[in-house]
Amino acid sequence: MSVVLNSEEVQQVLSKMSEQIRVSASEGEDIAFIGIRSRGEILAERLSEMLSELLGIEVPCGTLDITLYRDDLNSPSGDWQPVVRTTEIGFNIDEKLIILVDDVLYTGRSTRAALDALIDLGRPKSIRLAVLVDRRGREFPIQADYFGVKSDVQPGKSVKVNLVESDGKDEVVIE
Amino acid sequence: MLGLRDLDVSEINHILDTAEGFEQISTRSVKKAPPLRGKVVANLFFEDSTRTRNSFTLAADRLSADVIEFTQKMSSVSKGETFLDTARNLEAMGVDIVVVRHVASGASRLLSRSISACVVNAGGGFCEHPTQGLLDIYTIRKIKKSLEGLKIGIVGDIAHSRVARSDIWGMSKLGAEVILVGPPTLMPPKVDELPVSVSYSLDDVLEELDVINMLRIQFERMGGNPFPSVREYSHFYGLTGERMQKAKDDILVMHPGPINRGVEIESEVADGKNSVILEQVKNGLAVRMAVLFLVNQAAAEKA
Amino acid sequence: MNSELLIKNGRVIDPANGIDGKLDVLIEDGLVSAVGRVQKEVETVIDAEGKIVAPGLIDMHVHFREPGDEEEETISTGSAAAVKGGFTSVVCMPNTRPPIESETDVEYVHRKARQARKTHVYTMGAITKGREGVELAEMGFMSEAGAVGFTDDGRGVQNPDVMLRALKYASMFDVVVAQHCEDTGYGEGVMNSGYSSSILGLGGIDYLAEESMLWRDIQLVKKLGRGCVRYHAQHISTAGSAALIRKAKKEGLSVTCEVTGHHLLFTEEQCMDYDTNYKVNPPLRRQADIEALKAAISEGLVDALVSDHAPHLKSEKELEFLTAPFGIASLECAFSLYVKALIDEGVLDWSGLIRLLTCGPAGVIGVDKGTLSKGRQGDVTIIDPDAEYEIDVNTFRSKSRNCPYHGWKVKGRVEKTIVGGEVRYSRGDE
Repeated sequence: MSVVLNSEEVQQVLSKMSEQIRVSASEGEDIAFIGIRSRGEILAERLSEMLSELLGIEVPCGTLDITLYRDDLNSPSGDWQPVVRTTEIGFNIDEKLIILVDDVLYTGRSTRAALDALIDLGRPKSIRLAVLVDRRGREFPIQADYFGVKSDVQPGKSVKVNLVESDGKDEVVIE
Repeated sequence: MLGLRDLDVSEINHILDTAEGFEQISTRSVKKAPPLRGKVVANLFFEDSTRTRNSFTLAADRLSADVIEFTQKMSSVSKGETFLDTARNLEAMGVDIVVVRHVASGASRLLSRSISACVVNAGGGFCEHPTQGLLDIYTIRKIKKSLEGLKIGIVGDIAHSRVARSDIWGMSKLGAEVILVGPPTLMPPKVDELPVSVSYSLDDVLEELDVINMLRIQFERMGGNPFPSVREYSHFYGLTGERMQKAKDDILVMHPGPINRGVEIESEVADGKNSVILEQVKNGLAVRMAVLFLVNQAAAEKA
Repeated sequence: MNSELLIKNGRVIDPANGIDGKLDVLIEDGLVSAVGRVQKEVETVIDAEGKIVAPGLIDMHVHFREPGDEEEETISTGSAAAVKGGFTSVVCMPNTRPPIESETDVEYVHRKARQARKTHVYTMGAITKGREGVELAEMGFMSEAGAVGFTDDGRGVQNPDVMLRALKYASMFDVVVAQHCEDTGYGEGVMNSGYSSSILGLGGIDYLAEESMLWRDIQLVKKLGRGCVRYHAQHISTAGSAALIRKAKKEGLSVTCEVTGHHLLFTEEQCMDYDTNYKVNPPLRRQADIEALKAAISEGLVDALVSDHAPHLKSEKELEFLTAPFGIASLECAFSLYVKALIDEGVLDWSGLIRLLTCGPAGVIGVDKGTLSKGRQGDVTIIDPDAEYEIDVNTFRSKSRNCPYHGWKVKGRVEKTIVGGEVRYSRGDE
């Protein structure tokens, strides 16, 4: 196991990302965060808080469950049991700039599922992708607009994002 | 998915939790999700039931499955094309999930033994109606948070009710105290061996109840005449506005539908503030989506 | 046909004559000519060392479905099954389609049985025309044609007046009237009425449906006095029925009864998975009933053990529990089932068991069978009491497979069945 980002670095990376988001968003843009369950949800909350502070306005944040949109639903492997949870988005996504947040971008399949799920909820003006770790190994033509750190880990290893809210400690590790 | 008697508490809760995730699909602009895309669900109904069938059809549609409707009155001939022949025919067409409603108890169990497609019991004879039981429990859980310690009255024709049986198993497993209410002539044999208590007087128990489920009096299913007249039944067991005065303020009034207004329940109660009857119908959809989804998952894991 | 057949060194059990010992049995010209140590040189000798040599077994309650449902069983296939099960005589029930209700019907059964040339086949006739419980059938003609009793089996005679007349009329011919005790006034059902039926949501057959009819019939017998009336209660299934029989026998009434294997081996809980192979009438009851029936057997209150062999098509037993027909096909393995229920459990010894399969039923139907007395027909069953085997429905000679015992490991294998001095079944030569 090796640590890619420690607790302090996670925080730094997140604030750097929120700054990037602020810069790239044009004036008056209606921004909202939507996190993919479960770690993306926590990251989205943190980012929305940071951005709210930077902009001085409340940036809404929601949670998306993508279980029903996964492409491996009909061939689950032994270590993955689909559990359907709720999607909690308390605002209308139409005409918004949606920042979709996930912990790790790897094959791109979760992002693909999230895009389908989002589109079934409404018609955002545009969707951008923010991830804490951008890991090499894409299987779909999907790229992150904002990322915290890039990672070049071999297939077979796993990149794990631990967060205070869910795991007691902020860190990114390779196992 | 044949009955709640076979499920343990964690399985019941898993279905209910999953149903929560499905409830919101019905509220958004695109009321459809893709998890059963390319799957075929056959609704095999050997008994009339427009509501349950529509609910299953809509549930399957919302999960993007293709649905075949097969409705036929049961014939009781013992030679000639049998129920299993019909099911095997459908299976040969590549059906993944069979939803079956039948007048005979145990038909779904027979089917599940005989074909490889998944079988969902949509009500069979007087045995079980598991999705109705689940949606009843889901509705109660949603409002009361938990069933633990609740007193739930089930009133009416217990002997001929599959809903009552599913409710009894599911609710008692989740910690509720189930009280069956009705005339002794509508109680099944050895009712004292079930995990319930029994009362012949609605007035005696009404004030303690947190939930009351008024079963439909099904004239067509009762042999003989278990009570002398509808008027007399309503007199003792009808849920009237007057009776409701005695009930707790926050009692939930449930009914599996269709209602016989003025027989087991008066309109002012059925449409009153304590009634969750339409809520039940709405939740039925989410519960059935959850059941179809989970059954399909279970099949995928086996494969 | 062998004119002489000697069965040597077996353990000969002939309860009617109080015989149980290592002896030889000689059959000449189809008749038993000697039981003892026989030192005669004969053409055919069967060595029965270590085996039980019993009078040919009798099953006084089978359904061979002919005429009418030949796809389920015929007298020919049923007879083949019977000898494989060790039975040299069987009594067919008259609930065929049409029912056995005239002398031509009785003769038809006998003719088919002669053609099959396996086991002796007797038949009972219907008590009432069309088994409808209204008008008496032609008992006199049927009894002249050789019917060994009357029953509307599958249904009880509901009307007490009709039953009273049947008992009176049959007494003229000294023939037994057998009753399927079920008062349908208690409602129609498909399994025992109780906890299991409540859970399964199936209609129940109450204990009282059986017991109240049995009680009524016993009162009728009592009313008619001790003349020639002979009443037989078929397949009793409840503790209450056993008690009624006990009381009637104590009073010296001419009442006999039979018990099936399945009512000694199964309870209503077998139905919990809606397996229609456990759907029988009378229904499977509770453990207390099994105990009471066994107690009645060990007290000597029961006259016969019967299979109630009731073959049905697979497609019929694949129906819903509500719709599927009643019955278990078990003629071929019946003997081993009695061994399991009664010998293994210490209820009876071998002689006691064989009594209920030989002279017991022979006495009920009044036929000259079921013993190895000199001059009787040479019907013998040779059994290996210790041999274990697995019941496999696929080896059945019966046309039907509705047998819940498939895969059971049991003891007491039939080795040879000899009918009228001729070996009609020999294990291994199939």
